Amino acid sequence: MTSSTPSSRKLFSDELELRLDEVLFASPSHRSAKNIADGLERLGREQQERVLHWVAVAAQSYAEIGYLVATLAPRALDRLDASGFEAWVLAGLDAYDRQGGQAAMALLRDLDGFCAAREHVPAAARLADVESRLSRFLQGLSGRALALSHGAFAHTDTETVFLPAQLAALPTAADNRRLYKAMAALLWAQTRHGTFGSAALDIEAALARWADRERALRWFATLEAVRLEAVLGAELPGLAAEIAALRGPWPTGLEEAVRRLSRPDAAVSQTLTFLAECMAGEDEPPQLAHAGAIDIEAALRVRAARIAREAETVRRALSTLKGFGGRQGAGEEAPAVNIEGGRVEFSLDGEVAALPPEARAAAQSLLQDLGELPPECLVPAGPGAWQPTQREGDEGGGENALTSHREPHRRYDEWDYRRRAYRRGWCHLFEVDLAPGDADYVAKVSLRNTAAIRQIRRRFEMLRGEDRLLGRQPEGEEVDIDALVEAAGDRASGAEPSARLFCRRIRNERSLAAMFMVDMSGSTKGWVNDAERESLVMLCEALETLGDAYAIYGFSGWTRTRCDIYPVKRFDERYDATVRGRIAAIEAKDYTRMGVAIRHLTQLLEAQPARHKLLVTLSDGRPDDFGDEYRGHYGIEDTRRALQEAHERGVRSYCVTIDRHGADYLPRLYGPARYAVLDDVWKLPLKVADIYRRLAT
Amino acid sequence: MSEAARVSTPKLQQIEREPYYQPIGDEVALFESAHRRRLPVLLKGPTGCGKTRFVEYMAWRLKRPLVTVACHDDLTTADLVGRYLIVGNETVWVDGPLTAAVRAGAICYLDEIVEARKDTTVVIHPLADARRILAVDKRGELVAAPDPFMLVVSYNPGYQSVLKEIKPSTRQRFVALDFDYPEAAVEAGIVAAEGGVDAETARRLVKLAELTRNLKGAGLDEGASTRLLVHAAQLIADGVAPAIACTAAVARALTDDPDMTGTLDDLVHAVF
Repeated sequence: MTSSTPSSRKLFSDELELRLDEVLFASPSHRSAKNIADGLERLGREQQERVLHWVAVAAQSYAEIGYLVATLAPRALDRLDASGFEAWVLAGLDAYDRQGGQAAMALLRDLDGFCAAREHVPAAARLADVESRLSRFLQGLSGRALALSHGAFAHTDTETVFLPAQLAALPTAADNRRLYKAMAALLWAQTRHGTFGSAALDIEAALARWADRERALRWFATLEAVRLEAVLGAELPGLAAEIAALRGPWPTGLEEAVRRLSRPDAAVSQTLTFLAECMAGEDEPPQLAHAGAIDIEAALRVRAARIAREAETVRRALSTLKGFGGRQGAGEEAPAVNIEGGRVEFSLDGEVAALPPEARAAAQSLLQDLGELPPECLVPAGPGAWQPTQREGDEGGGENALTSHREPHRRYDEWDYRRRAYRRGWCHLFEVDLAPGDADYVAKVSLRNTAAIRQIRRRFEMLRGEDRLLGRQPEGEEVDIDALVEAAGDRASGAEPSARLFCRRIRNERSLAAMFMVDMSGSTKGWVNDAERESLVMLCEALETLGDAYAIYGFSGWTRTRCDIYPVKRFDERYDATVRGRIAAIEAKDYTRMGVAIRHLTQLLEAQPARHKLLVTLSDGRPDDFGDEYRGHYGIEDTRRALQEAHERGVRSYCVTIDRHGADYLPRLYGPARYAVLDDVWKLPLKVADIYRRLAT
Repeated sequence: MSEAARVSTPKLQQIEREPYYQPIGDEVALFESAHRRRLPVLLKGPTGCGKTRFVEYMAWRLKRPLVTVACHDDLTTADLVGRYLIVGNETVWVDGPLTAAVRAGAICYLDEIVEARKDTTVVIHPLADARRILAVDKRGELVAAPDPFMLVVSYNPGYQSVLKEIKPSTRQRFVALDFDYPEAAVEAGIVAAEGGVDAETARRLVKLAELTRNLKGAGLDEGASTRLLVHAAQLIADGVAPAIACTAAVARALTDDPDMTGTLDDLVHAVF
């Protein structure tokens, strides 16, 4: 809502213009805000403040959207209440995040469409809200991975299920969510139960008979929905019942189809037979809200590519089996394939052959697509070691290529405090290898700091977890002879002997994993960077003594589409020459988008088995990034959110900074006692180890 | 104090009634063979797939007492081998479960061996090779295992944790038997027999398990085990509605994550 309780007096045009200039001034266009301000003048103060707030929010993403929101706001507020207005702006921003400026502008301009959807069904369901649950549901249903994505209409290409971004066909949100589930399940059933043909049945050829292909496809999709619902019912009666309840009684015109196709064992060939009868008539198929369309071209293309890929995978795997193409050359018998009970089993000379899991999965998937294994994959591929075929996404080398063209290793959400919502998949994260630096750097630093290192080692050695024997315990593994003798003496002298006669071994296990996140932003250039590197040398010495699991990652980046993480030492790497070379190679790069780095490293840290997890940030300033709003409040809030997420996942965070103004914002980020500000950068190397000692004991 | 300290050995239980066990492959014959040849056995497999039940069944079949130790990370050597207790003015040695099993020629089953501390597991090494002896250091005694004694350990290779790995020196002393969830038809038979439900309900329960196993690594650490299915079946046999029984015994037992719970509920309702 609005940032402060507005006074009742509404703002006049010139005041509004001033405020608008403030929030829109970053825009490259020099349009005057005068007209917009005039439009807003008639609104009440509360509404004016609301508009100004959301214009500012929108302009942060894209100034044009800010303009558009401001221009359309009076009209929008005539038709929408406060929450509706907010939803309208958010829908626009969401479209911007996902599809870019054009789509966002189109959505915002279509105020009628938005209002219609909203008034009509205040209870539309959004894919974004059900996406994660639905995609896991699909994963549960299907053995093979099936992605979920939003598309203009519901269909599948056999590897991705596309669903519309919003569904409003039914009166309540809960029903619309169920509709999503029904759609997704039927689309999955298309891929699972032969809609796109098998080895014996070429769907493309079957459909080619009709000149009016579009109409044929519409009928095909409808009839398949009838058939697949019945097929689903055999295995998943609960789901089939839910679909039936959603669709209500079958519409007229489908009675015959239901009679003929609604059987658990109906095959796609029966659909095709019946399709011929439908096409002979003139009727259009009835509309079924829960049935997706069929995009046969996309499906067959993706399917053919997958079959080729998987046949190759199986062939390679088979060819490494002894006696089959491998060592003994051609002339051997092809392996026998047993596909009984839905499991694929290969046997050679009567012995069951074990295939690598990738190949087993590929064979299973082929079976699902074709109903058999294509003969070509049973032909030896010649000698060679087994390796699954390379996936297209795997890229080697291309580090110098423009990173925005690469597929990121991961995408992370980012918190937008103004929207009070995440921007989904906003930050593109890349793990980038550091080219090894000066091999002697660490040795030189160690030599220069011999005395300090010796001191650090001594101090940390005292912390090392070791077994202690506790005497005089009520129970334990061993008898405490001293206590026993004493008790015997007490008894002899008539005193009450103690019952605490045992020793117990206490193991001081240090179950701690520490992650060091090193700022490699441009501002660290020079002595800050040197100090960071030196402190890492000291730290490594200390931690090697202590034996704690630790990792070091550098981070930097340039806008949200290129957030780079530089592994210096991974958890499973030793402190060896490679790692030392990487420490030497740490250098000042670009900017400091901290939230995404924290999220990624939290993820890595979470995978560690240690009981206590610690994330230590070495930094020289506040979160900052090029161009966008990350500098300032946005960055602070996102970082704070990322740290909260980390905290919820059991990761404790601490920050060491040399930014003298750190005390201004660090308490808000890390909490009052979870940061240290060093006034002299050269204290960093000595202090970091010390701080760690305080944290970790 | 008497010259030789008193020794107390716990009495071991014999399994009287035949436990229900449905053989999947040749594991029974292999186990019997290993027993005849005095070889220790390692059972690998996910949780709740029938490892413990198999050992109980084999103990019954071979007519040997069974000593089961559930391993945990505080398990010490003394917990396995034994310790001195003080009774009155005397020390009394009490055999631990392992020593007791060795003396009695029983089957000793160390469940989830990876959970035990690594230094603890070393004590079984001399028992698990040709020497077949147990060193009771504190008494200075070497207990030779009689022929019928057999050591069986189990672990779940599905845990991703690096700490939960079995050392090669331990692993390479055992005959290893792989366990997995049985094929759908067999598993349905087990669920029907153990849970007391009809064949159709059992088949649907197994279908549900299959759906959850597809989610392994995609939000779940493990899919539903046969044991969970039996629990659900028992609830159903007791009159609980199937969907409610599955939600309680399967969905909620698998995860605490609210999103994941939602997905599992969807799967339960898809099957029932």
